[in-house]
Amino acid sequence: MAVAAEAVVEAQVIEHRRGFARRWYRTPSFVAGVTILGLIVLAALAAPLITNHGPTSQDLLNTLQGPSSKHWLGTDDLGRDVWSRLVYGARTDLKVAFLAVLFPFAIGTLIGLVAGYYGGWVDTITNWFVNVVVAFPFYVLIIALVFALGSGTRNIYIAITIVGWVSYTRIIRGEVLVAKRRDYVLAAKSGGLSDARILFRHLLPNVVTQAIVFACSDIVLDILAIVTLGYLGLGVQPPNPDWGRMIADGQTYLTTHWELSTIPGIAVVITALGLSLLADGLADLLRPE
Amino acid sequence: MTLGGYVVRRLLHLVPITLGVTVLVFFLIHLVPGDPAATILGNQATPARVALLHHEWGLDRPIYVQYWKFMGRVVHGNLGDSLFYSVSAGHLVLQRLPVTLWLIGLGALLSVAIAVPLAALAATKRDRLPDHLVRAVPLLGLGFPPFWVGIVLLLVFGLNLGRAFPVGGYGSGFVGHLHSMFLPALTVAFGIAPILIRSLRASLLEVLESDYVTTARSKGLPESRVLVRHALRNAIVSTVSVLGVNIGYLVGGTLVIEQVYALPGIGQLMINSIFQRDFPVVQAVTLVFSIMVVLVYLLSDVVHALLDPRVRFD
Repeated sequence: MAVAAEAVVEAQVIEHRRGFARRWYRTPSFVAGVTILGLIVLAALAAPLITNHGPTSQDLLNTLQGPSSKHWLGTDDLGRDVWSRLVYGARTDLKVAFLAVLFPFAIGTLIGLVAGYYGGWVDTITNWFVNVVVAFPFYVLIIALVFALGSGTRNIYIAITIVGWVSYTRIIRGEVLVAKRRDYVLAAKSGGLSDARILFRHLLPNVVTQAIVFACSDIVLDILAIVTLGYLGLGVQPPNPDWGRMIADGQTYLTTHWELSTIPGIAVVITALGLSLLADGLADLLRPE
Repeated sequence: MTLGGYVVRRLLHLVPITLGVTVLVFFLIHLVPGDPAATILGNQATPARVALLHHEWGLDRPIYVQYWKFMGRVVHGNLGDSLFYSVSAGHLVLQRLPVTLWLIGLGALLSVAIAVPLAALAATKRDRLPDHLVRAVPLLGLGFPPFWVGIVLLLVFGLNLGRAFPVGGYGSGFVGHLHSMFLPALTVAFGIAPILIRSLRASLLEVLESDYVTTARSKGLPESRVLVRHALRNAIVSTVSVLGVNIGYLVGGTLVIEQVYALPGIGQLMINSIFQRDFPVVQAVTLVFSIMVVLVYLLSDVVHALLDPRVRFD
């Protein structure tokens, strides 16, 4: 019986995947999101090939230059090539954002699974923790944590994890509360399967979809947080190029060289748009028919 | 249940959360790597100053005693003394709180002023061009870094276009504040409006299909009256809740926006204190920010209960 239930789940998952393969190119937001994001990731990966200056190499005789054939987007106050910093900045910020979303996703999902499945005091305590973390304004807690832990990418991951797990826990817990009353879970239980097997083989594949969709929009929030920390001087440390730091550096020259602050901001907006479209498209695709 | 009873029940619900908030703020100091006192004092650390801080924070005692003492101080409104200025952290926060409250209040008002007409437009022209345009707003708008929006607004309205708005500062007098705070509040509003638009549009669509709207229409009321008096009034209830739930994001956004516009609020105080490694002030601001959020949760629950008497009987 339990084995049969597992087979059903597997068949559903496969059916789902087949549906996905059939429909993804007919979802415009998904295609647009993948295209935008793909181009940015490609540019970030190919950074050394598409730039002809190092992102940190200074040229103090040619500071604050306008766009030219030598410097496509001009140079900043230390004579560094803006295009090169932009592309290498994509490398830094995308890498940090993608990694930063993984930890809260994994931890939050696990806690949500356990809290929703077992209920009782485990659930009560989890809820209390969730409510406490939610009571802190997102940026205030992240900034306070990075301050206490010290700046640098490792501590950004820790801060984002401490703040971010709650959303995943809420989503997964809600899904598990519904799913655990479904026949396939009851069947698995009466078949005598272990809790671990039910949680990870039966419940997880069925409830994780919403968390994945949320993760896509959560990366947008993380990129904004990383760039904001960079802007405040608490994020990715120099000399590593980072969009937030570029915006902050350019702000001094706002009256004369407005492009120094606006260009990296536009890069953030386009990246976020790509991710939002991807999330929207994924939500459409993964929505059960 | 009476409104009073409802408020009391909500207040009781918030007690464990507030306690949890104080625990987390308290533990911030224990996240500091190494000896917190030595790390925080940095190059000003002399054995005497480190010992003084140890004593002041009770770092040499068991952790529950430390927390108990911390709570004892907090309950009496004593949030510790600034390491940088020779005044109490609470005093610094109180001095700067009005600026931040202005920013949050005006920002929330402006966000509603932006969201309501756009959502109404989208819901009444469902699946037509205006709807598609309005639906693109959240998709695009949520990706704008708030501080960058601030810089762009500053560039456009503060430095160009007749320099209509000051580029920084708080102004003086009510009109002065309003003038100085307009761009910062608009920046705050741009951050939160996309979320409001999305939810208000959805609830308007739902309300417009309800029986009482059909009844109102069949009475021959003009569509504008149906929209404003019947539909919007009901849809706004859910928007108040959404605003309440997202207040944390809104309040946190002010932190960075104060930095962009050089506003002397508690957000700027927090950032400055971070660079001065003024731990008690950072702790105090974090606590005040989160208590503010908890109070707004309560306020939004109460407003919700006032607007929609049904929730009190849940």
